[in-house]
Amino acid sequence: MEKIIKVKNLSKKFGEFQAVGGISFEVNEGEIFGLLGPNGAGKTTTIKMLTTLLKPTGGEVDIAGLDIRSDPREVRKIIGIIFQDPSLDEELTGRENLEFHAILYKIGKEKRNERISEILKLIELEDKADILVKNYSGGMKRRLEIGRGLIHQPKVLFLDEPTLGLDVQTRRHIWDYIKKLNEVHKVTIILTTHYIEEADFLTNRVAFIDHGKIVALDTPTALKNKLGGDVVSIKSPGNATALEAIFKKAKWVRRITKHEDFIDLTLVEAEKKVPEIINIATKNRIKIESVNIHKPSLEDVFIYYTGKTIREEAGEGWKGMMRSVRMKRNR
Amino acid sequence: MDTNAVYVLWLRDVKRFIRARSRIIGILMMPLFFLLGLGLGLGSLIHLTTGGSYLDFIVPGIIGMSLLFTSISSGTAVLWDRQFGFLKEILVTPNSRFSIVIGRVLGGATTALLQSVIVVAISLLIGFNIHLSILTPMVIVFMLLIAATFISLGLTLGSLINDFQGFQLVTSFFTLPLFFLSNGIFPITVLPPFVRVITYVNPLTYGIDGMRIALSGSGTFSIWVDLAGMLISTAILVAIAAYAFNKTDVG
Repeated sequence: MEKIIKVKNLSKKFGEFQAVGGISFEVNEGEIFGLLGPNGAGKTTTIKMLTTLLKPTGGEVDIAGLDIRSDPREVRKIIGIIFQDPSLDEELTGRENLEFHAILYKIGKEKRNERISEILKLIELEDKADILVKNYSGGMKRRLEIGRGLIHQPKVLFLDEPTLGLDVQTRRHIWDYIKKLNEVHKVTIILTTHYIEEADFLTNRVAFIDHGKIVALDTPTALKNKLGGDVVSIKSPGNATALEAIFKKAKWVRRITKHEDFIDLTLVEAEKKVPEIINIATKNRIKIESVNIHKPSLEDVFIYYTGKTIREEAGEGWKGMMRSVRMKRNR
Repeated sequence: MDTNAVYVLWLRDVKRFIRARSRIIGILMMPLFFLLGLGLGLGSLIHLTTGGSYLDFIVPGIIGMSLLFTSISSGTAVLWDRQFGFLKEILVTPNSRFSIVIGRVLGGATTALLQSVIVVAISLLIGFNIHLSILTPMVIVFMLLIAATFISLGLTLGSLINDFQGFQLVTSFFTLPLFFLSNGIFPITVLPPFVRVITYVNPLTYGIDGMRIALSGSGTFSIWVDLAGMLISTAILVAIAAYAFNKTDVG
């Protein structure tokens, strides 16, 4: 398979802070590639470097045969990016936002109009095209941004947290668009997300990124199979460490990971082992609050590699706050 | 130079200006009050040794002031665009940053020119005696050059300063001295020599003097000196703005 992006040892330091610590990966032409990790893991910094907005401290990136350092302008011509934060001009209409973008990419008038009507149909904003963007809903804005990123028919499309802050229904909708784009228009897509389901549903291959490093990279299915068996998640506040020590001795437990009040046991035929698990805990006078059995999800794999869950709440709250501050200023 | 980018940024400024009608009225308020207060009020007590009414004298000064204020504050556009993410959208396109600066300067200069024409119209209504001559159309050139100079200053500050309060503070540090240490509301010939020297390095002095020659027929320097002064200041400040914008971060 043709490699459209080759990243070698890419790193970025802000002063003393190592945001990205030497990551390497390759992206196949035509695939949806995901970078999954918690907030602050270095996903956006990586995307900013790949899209020439930020100069790397070290390493090499090759996009469709072009070096991002020596050929930033040529790279920009063949990539599209949908930023994590809104980047529309709200004082302009949807159509004007698309038009201006097309002119910035030197697309002639005839072709421009043709593409704009195509895109408006794709993102289902035909009847709202001539309304000022400040009157759009969050989902409409997001669709417009995705549409805008496609006007110049990029070979590679970068999506930085494409569904951040959107409601579940809109999120589903956007996922369908992204799939459609990839399948119908054959665009290679790189997306970052901290939503497990998003990575699971959309990506062909996914890289886990934590503290600026890639800790695992494979197809979602292969990653899940790596754990082997089922996951039994036991909640017991204050006793997780004790439980961990106890179950380390059990031969039928393939793997133990601890995170906060939980310990996760990976084992085969978990439903038959639950009574025994509870027995052992009772014998050791440890109170169990709840037990949950499930097939391993990407989240479990993530916990296995990083020892923690991907937190959504903290980041979301902060982003939400920033957004409401912006809205206020906008008025 | 990417003319497409220049065109888009110019068009964007013009479209936004036309749409923000309430803002236009707000912007015109200040020169109007200055014309009424200084031109008619204070002006009735002042008898210029150079002859003519004080109102006739300060109209070019007030136009210069409104150009100065609106042009410098247009640097906030960089801050807003950074805040709303539109700056990233522009910077990730395959266009040189220099073209973006030029587009911004031209767009801002166009809208500033429209405002100034309205200020001239208001002045005529309250009794400004325009002295029409072959040089009168030159007023447009001076308006554009004053705008270009101070928009560039605004863009420079907008590129260097990341927060709104800081920007306001720094611009007010520039605007008031630039206005009062020019020939806007008094002829610089009345100033003691050591203050007069400062007005000589202030581009606004040449801009206002040029407009005064174009509108009233007489000034301190020759109109060609004024033109040269404005062309030089525009060139220098556009270059500085391009340099600063080149260094700016997308935030």
